[in-house]
Amino acid sequence: MEWCAPPARLWGMGGAPEARTTPSRENEMSEKSYRDAIRDAMMEEMDRDANVLIMGEDIGVYEGTFRITAGMLKKYGPKRVLDTPIAEAGMVGTAVGMAMLGLRPIVEMMTMNFAIVAADQILNHAAKVRYFSGGQVDVPMVVRGPQGAGVQLSAQHSQSFESFYAHFPGIHVVAPATPADAKGLLKTAIRGNDPVIFLESAALYGMKGEVPDDPNFTVPFGQSRVAREGKDVTIVSFSRMLQLSLAVAAKLASDEGIECEVIDLRTLRPLDMDPVYASVTKTHRAVVVQEQWKPFGVAAEIAANITETVFDELDAPVARVTGEDVPMPYARNLELLATPHEPEIERAVRKVLYKT
Amino acid sequence: MTAIETVVDRSVTEALETMMLIRTFEEKSAALRAANLSPNMCTSVGQEASAAGVIKNLREDDLILTNHRSAGHLLARGAEPGRIFAEIMGKSTGYCKGKSGSLHISVKELGVVLTSTIVGGELSLAPGVGLSLSMSKSDAIAVVFFGDGAATEGIFHESLNLAAVWNLPVLYVCENNQWQAYVHRKETMLADHVSEFARAYGVPSKTVDGNDVEVVLDAARNAVDYVRTMRKPYLLETYTYRVRGHMEPDDQAYVDKEELASWKRRDPISLIQSRLQRDGELTQDEIDVMWQRVQQRVEDAAQFALDSPYPGFDEMTTDVYA
Repeated sequence: MEWCAPPARLWGMGGAPEARTTPSRENEMSEKSYRDAIRDAMMEEMDRDANVLIMGEDIGVYEGTFRITAGMLKKYGPKRVLDTPIAEAGMVGTAVGMAMLGLRPIVEMMTMNFAIVAADQILNHAAKVRYFSGGQVDVPMVVRGPQGAGVQLSAQHSQSFESFYAHFPGIHVVAPATPADAKGLLKTAIRGNDPVIFLESAALYGMKGEVPDDPNFTVPFGQSRVAREGKDVTIVSFSRMLQLSLAVAAKLASDEGIECEVIDLRTLRPLDMDPVYASVTKTHRAVVVQEQWKPFGVAAEIAANITETVFDELDAPVARVTGEDVPMPYARNLELLATPHEPEIERAVRKVLYKT
Repeated sequence: MTAIETVVDRSVTEALETMMLIRTFEEKSAALRAANLSPNMCTSVGQEASAAGVIKNLREDDLILTNHRSAGHLLARGAEPGRIFAEIMGKSTGYCKGKSGSLHISVKELGVVLTSTIVGGELSLAPGVGLSLSMSKSDAIAVVFFGDGAATEGIFHESLNLAAVWNLPVLYVCENNQWQAYVHRKETMLADHVSEFARAYGVPSKTVDGNDVEVVLDAARNAVDYVRTMRKPYLLETYTYRVRGHMEPDDQAYVDKEELASWKRRDPISLIQSRLQRDGELTQDEIDVMWQRVQQRVEDAAQFALDSPYPGFDEMTTDVYA
């Protein structure tokens, strides 16, 4: 069923025409930063689909607080790159309205902490419209931005929101750990027909990695990835903590011969547990690493799933490595203390191996 | 009588029949609730002139957003009363397959984008609907219905400001019914008219007698023309009164009896009926026929809903994701 009004089309508003044909670059890779990978994903999708647009605070003329939107206003013009007032609820509500009418808005949050101001629009509207309209209306939109601990940003600017959003049915929650995943998952988010919370790690923006050049490269939701194979302990993580977990796995393997299998969840909703179960069936021990607070977090969900499904395979209780259960302190020494680092992951691995 | 006057007269008579339909529907809905045949819902009794008068001025391709007191807007928009009753009862023949109730009805083919039961939710989505229309080739407009209660939400101000700075074709219709759930408006805002806020955002506005459908028809015609041709927002405040309680059932013990009685004397339907009779536009017999017609339609609609099945259990898990 179509709306009685003609569906909106961003006709004639700059950018390349729809359905641009791009030469296939199937097997080529380039080294890109996580930041550039995110920008590439958005620009490729804006080239591909004239209904994709981006809106947010300081993203146009200023080109973004974290420079994610550099060059975008110049290329696509002010009707597809919208600087908004400082009105998070208003801008996300606007995006929900546009998405319901068939546009594909991306909302950049300067940091995901500010998206709480728009929680009503995300959780009460975007997440539920499809269901309570009886499937009449899709809400194809992405709310993306950085989250997590930085350097002395204090308690309101250092939070992690994966479990907060992943609790709610009706939205997808994505948290990429690498530049390639940042690009491929964001493209899937923009092309999909559901609202997506896309959680970037501010601390990873400068990280470089190999990213496929193929404009048709996407990473599907709900496919956890074995980031490193191992036989002794399973480490489950995502986003920046995945990188720390890989560093610990490399160190333990070379120093002590402990082989950790590291699994990157990539998306928290949908959550793909099968590779985790397969790994735990092999290693019989699991550590879950997250930056956010311990109570009611992703690690608790993973541990509960492991217990429900492969309990008999476990040789030790599942261990959790998490941030300290306090509002993020400002003083640098306390901030570092409140955030998980490699030694805590290493300790958790030893704990499940009973090597304390 | 000139041809133009005939057209105007017919639109008033049509608006009257729409108001009769809304009144009859709402009272039946309350009766079904009282008989435990239907869940709780919010009626718009006393506010019929606003819904009928504004929506009568819209084109088929205009889009509306509304709130928890939405049945009047849906009926004025041409919704089937049986499918609204069915939705309220949570039946599979409802507009949203029984998944929204009265609370969240969307009807794509009627251009009803959303019914929001988070007060102000409809206001938060309205700029996006306006922006979509302004980006299309269409000159359709968006109309958002909200109450004086929603005007005390912060999102009202964000929404109005966005529509103003982005020149969006959104008609804001504040049905100031003097009640914010169970608290009188005078307890919650110092301004008497919500239209006063609009001026601060550079949005033209007007407050009109929301119980006089001819006044509403006229003001809405001007407002709709302004939004459609200027591609800019406008705020129309229909000053009216919520005659029944916030939510059925409600004994209205908290309502000042004299205030309620004085507004009942200005009942929007009686007002226009007696005016049309006085002017010789309608006879008592013709009015009786109109009432009988809507009553039969509402009775049939209620029966349709009562006879309709509940959704199958498999509906519980469908429609969450695309």
